[in-house]
Amino acid sequence: MNSIPNRQVICETLLELAKTDRDIMVLASDSRGSAAMAPFANAYPEQFVEVGIAEQNIVGMSAGLAHSGKKPFVTSPACFLSMRSIEQIKVDVAYSNTNVKLIGISGGVSYGALGMSHHSVQDIAVARAIPGLVVMMPADRHETKKMTEALVRYDGGAYVRIGRNPVEDVYPSDDYPFEIGKAVTMREGTDVTIIATGETVRVALDAADRLAGDSISTRVLNMHTIKPLDKEVIVKAARETGRIITVEEHSIYGGLGAAVAEVVVQHHPVPVNIVGIPDEPAIAGKTSEVFRHYGISAAHLQELAHQLMHKQRAST
Amino acid sequence: MDTRALKIKAAHIRMDLLTIIHRAKTGHTGGSLSNTDILTALYYDVMNVDAANPKWELRDRFIASKGHSVESLWCILADKGFFPKEELKTYSQFGTRLIGHPNNKVPGVEMNTGALGHGLPISAGMALAAKRDGLPYRVFCLMGDGEQAEGSNWEAAMAGAHYKLDNLIGIVDRNRLQISGTTEEVMGLDPLDEKWRAFGWHVVSIDGNDMDALVEAFHSAPVVIGKPTLVIANTVKGKGVSFAENVAAWHHHVPDDEQLKLAFSELEAQIAELSREGQVI
Repeated sequence: MNSIPNRQVICETLLELAKTDRDIMVLASDSRGSAAMAPFANAYPEQFVEVGIAEQNIVGMSAGLAHSGKKPFVTSPACFLSMRSIEQIKVDVAYSNTNVKLIGISGGVSYGALGMSHHSVQDIAVARAIPGLVVMMPADRHETKKMTEALVRYDGGAYVRIGRNPVEDVYPSDDYPFEIGKAVTMREGTDVTIIATGETVRVALDAADRLAGDSISTRVLNMHTIKPLDKEVIVKAARETGRIITVEEHSIYGGLGAAVAEVVVQHHPVPVNIVGIPDEPAIAGKTSEVFRHYGISAAHLQELAHQLMHKQRAST
Repeated sequence: MDTRALKIKAAHIRMDLLTIIHRAKTGHTGGSLSNTDILTALYYDVMNVDAANPKWELRDRFIASKGHSVESLWCILADKGFFPKEELKTYSQFGTRLIGHPNNKVPGVEMNTGALGHGLPISAGMALAAKRDGLPYRVFCLMGDGEQAEGSNWEAAMAGAHYKLDNLIGIVDRNRLQISGTTEEVMGLDPLDEKWRAFGWHVVSIDGNDMDALVEAFHSAPVVIGKPTLVIANTVKGKGVSFAENVAAWHHHVPDDEQLKLAFSELEAQIAELSREGQVI
């Protein structure tokens, strides 16, 4: 089991890139510890800015820094960054078109036991509605590294959500091509497609393994970029497998599932099942417990796939 | 530019802004009239800006946090040659870039503003970038007094003092009126100077329609090394046009034909008076 959380990977990647790029800056809202950014703050004090517990100001200042040629990475808990400062994200980042990277840390139900105030399961819906904003969720530490490198190269606003704890690897290494807006086909399959993002990619792969034992051929897509969405790969999956399940650590409203459904219903209608957090304050508990409670599990995805197969057989 | 010439310029800008508001039948007349002297001092005397090179790295930055009072800014940027004066005719028209708030598609505009409480955090970021890069430019941020109720201003106020941003100059257009009435009725601000001082800023309070005082306050900042400056510019909303002065309704009231004529005759008389003073000297 991997023991390196994605936040630490972002720090290590930025530390490496900052050696040659003095414009990279990291900002924290009393969050350098939870963002694992203390090593960056210590190594490059001139490229680090502590803003205190002030999420509106951290985004506004970052926009001002970006306007002056800097490449700010804002590292702040996703629950606050995506909500308290959403107007600054909309106006100062997206509308003014500033090169600000918003890293929502401890996202989803990472702070599971702390309650809804500290959950961020509406952030993707909100960020996705902001014009021009790139929205991403890395699946493991290897993808986090590739994503961070891509973000430093990309000139524009982006919101990235990561979780707090280490996640199991889904890639054997970081030796693979990564492109913003291009989904990765993790498994080929012909009967059903599971589309996942972030930490649920691992869940989707485990489900595919189970389904293989049931002789159901499952395609798994890692939709690391939710916006701009890789529409082509979704339409292809709809056409070739005829059944889609989406799974995300997010509200069932407005997230990955909704984004996929928007494409499928307009371009190649097939049944879509959306798995995520229902419209309620999420139950308290560890991420794994909360996931299991809401069916964000290999067992539940396996069951859903069977239902989809059966339903279609019954209707034909 | 000497202050008499600046005052004449301000009167011309007031005539221009009334013209575009009258033509478009929309605009923030009162606020634009009250901040005209501030903007005239900044753009014609204080700030280093170059219309031929609007993105010049060492330019001073101006952020209109009270973005709704944009008409004076459009008229000044056009007059300075940032874009053709002819384009002012498109103000508020379908598809224009001269919208009712600062728009960075227009040369000379740094950032899109208009949502209140955003300008000072942005300005603090720009001032911090200058400090970290060792660049000498200054950042001027114009806020409204009603806007002071936005909490984000105070987040940025703390950061400005914490990072010793003495290249940051906040200006409050203290005209004491907002849409619903006086600022003290809507959400009391006084003592505003003490609030900013308590947040670690060097505060100067001046007559914000006195060109000499404005020029002096802006040129002398920073007075205290290591402290950002806050200029409380005590202005008269609707300044320069007798019937609009100190009337809350003129926040976004539009002059009709008769009022425009009257305003022009008053402003022309001010220009004639100022020109006569010049001849005496």
